[in-house]
Amino acid sequence: MEETEATEVAPALIAVHPHRSSVVVAVGYDLRVFDLLAGVGVTLLDDSSSSSSSSSSSSHKDSIRAIRFSANGKLFVSAGDDKTLKIWSPISWRCIFTLSSEKRISAVAISNDESYVCFADKFGVVWVVDITGFDANQPLLYKKPTPLLSHYCSIITSLEFSPDDRFILSADRDFKIRVTNFPKKPLNGAHEIQSFCLGHTEFVSCLAFFQAQECQQHLLSGSGDSTVQLWDVSSGALLDTCEVANKAGLLESNGNGKSEEHGHAVTDLCTTLDGLLVAVAIQSLQGIALLSCNVSAQTLTLAKVVSFDGEAFVPTCLGYASSARELWIVTGVSSLPGGSHPSFARVRVISGIDIEQKAVVVEDDKIPGGEKLLETLQGTASVDENAFLAAAEAVKTAMCNLLIKKHYPSESRESRKKTRNDRKLKQ
Amino acid sequence: MSETGVKSTFSKSTGLPRKRFYRARAHSNPLSDSHFPVPISPSHVDYSIHFPQIFPDSSKKIQFADVGCGFGGLLISLATLFPETLMVGMELRDKVSEYVKERILSLRVANPGQYQNVSVVRTNSMKYIPNYFEKGQLSKMFFLFPDPHFKEKNHRRRVISPFLLDEYAYVLGVGGIIYTITDVEELGDWMKSCLENHPMFEALTEKELEADPVVKLLSCATEEGQKVARNEGQTFQAVYRRIVPTEQTS
Repeated sequence: MEETEATEVAPALIAVHPHRSSVVVAVGYDLRVFDLLAGVGVTLLDDSSSSSSSSSSSSHKDSIRAIRFSANGKLFVSAGDDKTLKIWSPISWRCIFTLSSEKRISAVAISNDESYVCFADKFGVVWVVDITGFDANQPLLYKKPTPLLSHYCSIITSLEFSPDDRFILSADRDFKIRVTNFPKKPLNGAHEIQSFCLGHTEFVSCLAFFQAQECQQHLLSGSGDSTVQLWDVSSGALLDTCEVANKAGLLESNGNGKSEEHGHAVTDLCTTLDGLLVAVAIQSLQGIALLSCNVSAQTLTLAKVVSFDGEAFVPTCLGYASSARELWIVTGVSSLPGGSHPSFARVRVISGIDIEQKAVVVEDDKIPGGEKLLETLQGTASVDENAFLAAAEAVKTAMCNLLIKKHYPSESRESRKKTRNDRKLKQ
Repeated sequence: MSETGVKSTFSKSTGLPRKRFYRARAHSNPLSDSHFPVPISPSHVDYSIHFPQIFPDSSKKIQFADVGCGFGGLLISLATLFPETLMVGMELRDKVSEYVKERILSLRVANPGQYQNVSVVRTNSMKYIPNYFEKGQLSKMFFLFPDPHFKEKNHRRRVISPFLLDEYAYVLGVGGIIYTITDVEELGDWMKSCLENHPMFEALTEKELEADPVVKLLSCATEEGQKVARNEGQTFQAVYRRIVPTEQTS
């Protein structure tokens, strides 16, 4: 049986400010911010984190599972396994709001009008906090979150507002994507379900919308079944499926006996160029798959695989800077098993994202922000080559343990029943 | 089990399966991960398996769902009351759903032409309702004598809950009716308050309740209901209609 420790590692996350003023990487409980305009690392200011906590100066006490900037870049949110959600001002990088959840937080979303922050916990409940009229220079008055909707006891893996804020979408490990009308008064709950997008045959790991005005009805989803699917949100109709892992040649190359059923899960998606190109991160793909999307013809096709020469770089999270047409990519893990590195992160940038596909991997000496950026976001300017595979493996195992249903043989099922927690109490 | 052993699970006089061979624990954990097959989407539900006499020639859709159908008493009564309507029972306990399946098959044999419109699936309806039914597909949903889950810690296991009602409202068409009944007063109050407070449901009036032939079946058609009646127990019902929410239409 897997040890629980293995399930506790978290992948590294990245977020790029919509105006490309800063880049944030989250590794474990560590939130690392680099100011691209000033070219310096940023020290976070958090008055709420009590000095009594001995462990570290960091704001979060356990792995961060979700980070994101709001659409206009006026807010930044981080949340995770420490059951804490924090809202930051991306100007002062001061924490203006801290909230405690009853359960671990698995996903966050901010409405595009920056009025509501939603977060999902590991029991499948989505909560909403009204932040209307916030002032980034002032701490927000504490408001209790109210439950908005719920997936029946399923981990919610991704939460997303439609670009027009009409819908809130939630994806779970039970293969479902639920599209719910986001009401005018969300504090009374969101009861009207618009559709369910059903077609994945494994957990849904990520969702992404197109930003272009004419295709805001369309949604992309990535899944543990190694596919990316294109949906019509209001009807829930499946428009196209791209078997990315298959197309990128991952399935064939795996012919050396070891058939890994869940080795090619799609881990992240990022729409670029208003959705003409979609960047996809897949477990075990040492690079990025670029899909070209034709919304009018409703097709998704693999355009190109960009790989990182000389590095076994398997991305865990993607971010897009539209102004510079850069794709920011991170790989990493909160802790490496048995290694000397407590955590590991590696940041890369692909520039020249355009339809002609002249995408180039930026070398470390040319990276925006230079060595300082790498030092801030990675922890060190140079990385240990050996850590890559160990990190990728740890992330893969953790994701499988978390999101794939466990099959117990009938013999062990009986012994598991005998050791149930409620039985233990009686003895 | 040998051939004869299998045969003897059927009663010699009626040809129906005998319940004593399909006993199961009264409770099943709806939170546990399930490993039975689940259709990817409603369009993947194979109607010709469930209704072999009607499909593939028909384009009808299932309109009634009995959630937690138990041994299927209500379904059997409804099947003849609404012979043109397709209906399905959903039951989480494997053995019990097997019983209902055998019961329907024997009834079909004993009454040619009848009971072709009724079937059963083994599933966790709390998790997989959207996998079986499209938006607005159902016109009636039944929740008869559900597990009361008394402990507050276990309230989230109740089949009627504020959040699950969102999903029931999704699969019910406007005007569709949700029927609930229980012999546990506490649960009766709970189900009623959940429905009362939900913006997409309104209570049926006394008059409508009297005019509805199905309401009478709630307390007498099911095995559980008959047991309550034998013990002269009280029942608590709540019958609500799916409506268009007033303030939220955007």
